[in-house]
Amino acid sequence: MGLQRQEVEKVAKLSRITLAPGEAEQLADQLSRVLDYIGKLNELKTDDVAPLSHALAVANVFRDDEPRESLPVETVLANAPSRTAAGFKVPRVLEGDED
Amino acid sequence: MADLLELTATEMTAALERRETTSRDLVAASLARMASLDGQVHAFLSTRSEAARKEAEAIDRRRLAGEKLGPLAGLPVAIKDNLCTSDGLPTTCASRMLEKFHAPYDANVVEKIRAADGVIVGKTNLDEFAMGSSTENSAFGPTHNPWNLDLVPGGSSGGSAAAVAARMAPLALGSDTGGSIRLPASLCGVVGLKPTYGRVSRYGLVAFASSLDQIGPFGRTVADVALMLQVIAGWDGRDSTSVNRPAPDYAAAVRSASAQGLRIGLPREFFAAGLDAEVERLVREAIAVYEKAGAKLVEVSLPHFAYAVETYYIVATAECSSNLARYDGVHYGHRTAEPSDLIEMMSRSRAEGFGPEVKRRIMLGTYVLSSGYYDAYYLKALKVRQLIKGDLDRAFAQVDCLMGPTSPTAAWPLGAKTADPLAMYLSDIYTVSANLATIPAVSVPCGFTAAGLPVGLQIMGDVFTEDRLLAAAAIIERERQDWQRRPGMLAGDGKAVQT
Repeated sequence: MGLQRQEVEKVAKLSRITLAPGEAEQLADQLSRVLDYIGKLNELKTDDVAPLSHALAVANVFRDDEPRESLPVETVLANAPSRTAAGFKVPRVLEGDED
Repeated sequence: MADLLELTATEMTAALERRETTSRDLVAASLARMASLDGQVHAFLSTRSEAARKEAEAIDRRRLAGEKLGPLAGLPVAIKDNLCTSDGLPTTCASRMLEKFHAPYDANVVEKIRAADGVIVGKTNLDEFAMGSSTENSAFGPTHNPWNLDLVPGGSSGGSAAAVAARMAPLALGSDTGGSIRLPASLCGVVGLKPTYGRVSRYGLVAFASSLDQIGPFGRTVADVALMLQVIAGWDGRDSTSVNRPAPDYAAAVRSASAQGLRIGLPREFFAAGLDAEVERLVREAIAVYEKAGAKLVEVSLPHFAYAVETYYIVATAECSSNLARYDGVHYGHRTAEPSDLIEMMSRSRAEGFGPEVKRRIMLGTYVLSSGYYDAYYLKALKVRQLIKGDLDRAFAQVDCLMGPTSPTAAWPLGAKTADPLAMYLSDIYTVSANLATIPAVSVPCGFTAAGLPVGLQIMGDVFTEDRLLAAAAIIERERQDWQRRPGMLAGDGKAVQT
């Protein structure tokens, strides 16, 4: 099954990845070949098979809700690409007047 | 003493206890070896020299004072660079995205290595975010195979495998999502173990595919891998998928290894088209050693083996697309310059920060999870995963372990598969099933090709049978003694690290 350039552009948008010029065509070709390959699974009849998302029989794991120490604010902000004194700084999200 | 780095970790520990050497000398030798050879191998992305020397000296002082020391006391250890370390070394995942990232905490396995008095000497190269089979997807350049520098070391934990093969460190940690410990162990001629899912805490391992990822050890011998597994195995409340179950004495299991009565399953699908003739011969010769030593060989069938790579690439990319959504340029990692709005900031940061294979996998994963395709791809793959696990469950009802090749070929030339993602994916054909079924598997050297390249025997077992797998691996190691053979590039370097 071939993947069209428009579909690649849609997936790139969902993936939040900006494509360079020409990249969509290249990816359409590469991803189409991988999809052809993984499409082989359709040979198998699996109507009566239960999906396996976790092979270990571990159910919900609970712990007591005890307060614990958090990482210091400075440690957490040390890797921030852009920051204020106590927070992460990002481009404006909400429309409206300044401040 | 001659070349200290020819000693295995177990031998180093004995030499330290007998006061024949010091941790200071071992760590100095390890750093000297890295300085002299890593320009050619590129196993490491970052190294700790001053801090490692100081730790080694402190351990020597504690030893002299008669203090009780941990099981890794004074041994140099290399850590794959997708494990978080908070001591000044970056945690890059070999990605531009995390080039400057310094983790604010240690991974559980890093805490355990420190608590066991191991000395971390550096962080090793990998395929970006552990996605690849050759370590060529590193944003900082590939690792070269110490047995032949024109060849790949395998991946994604190629740096860790190469570091151990080149005797830069006796022990290393890697991670294995579809073969990323076993494949490089095989191609670099060292022992590599992927433990049962849940045996080792994943806390602080940068997530690629959370239902498949598992941390495991590399060493030159099975006993060294057993030593490292003993240190890192165990439950951890910060990884809710880690399993609370006591770890057996792995070293004791290795010491008492016997092939007598061992029932070995040989999946007929493992010895079919696509397997290199020389690799097949060496693996069959290894299996004959077990038979001669009293093991019983049983042919078994894994009918859904032919669908394992397809299933793996759907499950792994789906989970990867979700896990890597966190790299959005907001809290840490690369952020693009002067974005006009939030969405553009995220999309351009990701486009600039991720390499081509990571982008392909994120997009494939997004596609198979997207509305209209979820049932056809992702749900289908989860069902086939059930069938693959069923095949293995049936096999383990009959036999104690399965044996076959780790990799269809020995190491291949750098660049040979980089233009064809599918050809690269097929390198993992024998390894992905263990991750899909969450079972443990080990790769142990079983000889060399005519060109002098190592070949690995893969031994797979039922969940939580690492002790039995390591015992089985020890039998071929004892017979062949491949761990003593040195890569040609080490000739002449012994002097440089004599102390």
